[in-house]
Amino acid sequence: MSQDTLFDKVWDLHKVANLPGGSDQIFIGLHLIHEVTSPQAFGALKDKNLKVKFPQRTVATVDHIVPTDNQSRPFKDNLAEQMINTLEKNCIEHKIKFFNIGSGNQGIVHVVAPELGLTQPGMTIACGDSHTSTHGAFGSIAFGIGTSQVRDVLASQTIAMNKLKVRQIWCENKLSTGIYAKDLVLHIINQLGVKAGVGFAYEFAGPAISELSMEERMTICNMSIEGGARCGYINPDEKTFSYIKDKLFSPKNENWENAVKWWKSLVSTDNCIYDDVFKLDASKVEPTITWGITPGQSIGINQKIPSLNEMHPNDQFIAGEAYEYMGFKPGQSIKNTPIDVCFIGSCTNGRISDLRVAARVLEHNKVAKNIKAFVVPGSEKVAKEAKEEGLDKIFIKAGFQWREPGCSMCLAMNSDKLIGNQVSASSSNRNFKGRQGSPNGRTLLMSPAMVAAASITGKVSDVRDFINK
Amino acid sequence: MSVKFKPPIGKFSQINGKCISLVGDDIDTDRIIPARFLKCIDFDSLGESVFDDDRKTLKGNHPFDLETNKGSSILIVNSNFGCGSSREHAPQALMRWGIKAIIGESFADIFYSNCIAIGIPCFTLPKESIKKIQKYLNIKNLFLEIDLFESTAKAEEFKFDLEIKETSKKMFLSGEWDATLKLLENKALIENKLNDLPYIKFNNN
Repeated sequence: MSQDTLFDKVWDLHKVANLPGGSDQIFIGLHLIHEVTSPQAFGALKDKNLKVKFPQRTVATVDHIVPTDNQSRPFKDNLAEQMINTLEKNCIEHKIKFFNIGSGNQGIVHVVAPELGLTQPGMTIACGDSHTSTHGAFGSIAFGIGTSQVRDVLASQTIAMNKLKVRQIWCENKLSTGIYAKDLVLHIINQLGVKAGVGFAYEFAGPAISELSMEERMTICNMSIEGGARCGYINPDEKTFSYIKDKLFSPKNENWENAVKWWKSLVSTDNCIYDDVFKLDASKVEPTITWGITPGQSIGINQKIPSLNEMHPNDQFIAGEAYEYMGFKPGQSIKNTPIDVCFIGSCTNGRISDLRVAARVLEHNKVAKNIKAFVVPGSEKVAKEAKEEGLDKIFIKAGFQWREPGCSMCLAMNSDKLIGNQVSASSSNRNFKGRQGSPNGRTLLMSPAMVAAASITGKVSDVRDFINK
Repeated sequence: MSVKFKPPIGKFSQINGKCISLVGDDIDTDRIIPARFLKCIDFDSLGESVFDDDRKTLKGNHPFDLETNKGSSILIVNSNFGCGSSREHAPQALMRWGIKAIIGESFADIFYSNCIAIGIPCFTLPKESIKKIQKYLNIKNLFLEIDLFESTAKAEEFKFDLEIKETSKKMFLSGEWDATLKLLENKALIENKLNDLPYIKFNNN
């Protein structure tokens, strides 16, 4: 059993009680809500005649259903309008802070909370969204919950949960030029598999992790859940503190010193005990792309799609399904696979640094003929910053559509969808069957830089050929 | 659906029903309920949309469409069932279709907690046992009697020792899976905790 890791310290601090059934009652320091997984939770509160216990510990925004082309109200989609309306009403009724469209602070919940300084080390953070693991980049213990648990957090600020085991993922050396956090996390998931993280929290550590910026660390932790771990985190350091400093909700004045002192005390102790340790060499990671229907089915740009006999027997069934669905054959190269749609955005890769990297690749280039390419900033703040830097103009000049902030085609709850069996090069996090809105649409996950490269050539390309010119 | 949906209430220890098998690893929650059906403010109509894309692709040959599986309530699955999104809509859709318990090789974490929170016990069995049940179901119907207290599943032809987390088992036997009121019993402890947390103090700008 793990001991003295950041996870242990934060878990123990937030433990309210041992429940009779044997699980722990855990206090949730920050509760984030959005329009998709909260309405039924508020409905359940009403049914049980309960109130929101600590309204100031919950913050709301709207992201999943928002259109990214025209955000004027009422939305064209009646159901989407009904959902935002329900969230607005619930937030007013229960006195919950809500960052609505036009507030300057709306956006994807996992982009917004860090940029507002709401996400801080040592907190427990829960949200009705599996990518809540993103916030672990700051050394918080953050995880996705379902709607019944959203109800429990609203009603009691606590949930019933079993403590997770802790696996350290030690990333030796550094990523090479043209290789990004997305490549690293896809590689990790490929190496460990999509179910290895079940029952675990992942601690990402090592020189390659320390080297990453806060936004890159968010990309890593964001995809913990794709490896089966509902929680992933990185020990906080000076980069963490300087990112948080002077944000809207960060501690101020003398509180700042106290906060930093406390945050430093949370770091996994040198002689702490992990339930498991996995080591890898980050310098060996190549630009990584998924070829299948789980985020674990990925290869380096110069590798070939693996055949069944190269795989563990447990991975063969889903691989067979993937060949059929994707229309790929074992032994085929992923490089030069024709693309139809390019999507840059999502809680994985919709932050300002992602847009900067993609814009650098696109500058003085044009999107290939017949490619639909669009970029969806992760938040209103990201959009504003990008415009100030002129990134929007670079994207538009290259042939990208510049959209309004939201989750968009990561999960296609708005009108941004694949059509038929189109292939997308996507900076998002899931390549599941039907994920991007068409029951036979196909998704290739990759870094935003690789999406930009694919948009120029119209096929899967090595971004290093563009940046090393 | 013709039969009015009744959610589980309180404690229970017995689930008897017909089995339905769904073969495949890593069946994610986007497949269980595609995102477009999440545009709703209640869960009521999700049952008919469960596995919508997969069912349309298989044109009536999906297990959830086969006449022989009508009225099934125990779902037999393979490994990492329910991976992906945290959407509780997935188990809610299964439950509203008629599923009352799931037996599989393994489950994704968030899906598993969502099932417990809405009263669907999830049991595990070794790969070979699941295969055996799935093979049997290819030929004929199977009715299982699940005893939560004993953690067994029995039929005329079979008896399996099911695995279930001790904490989950206790929750069903005591009714505590419906957790809200139990959590609120510790009201004073919760308030103390709020006052003790360092960051509550230093975020009081």
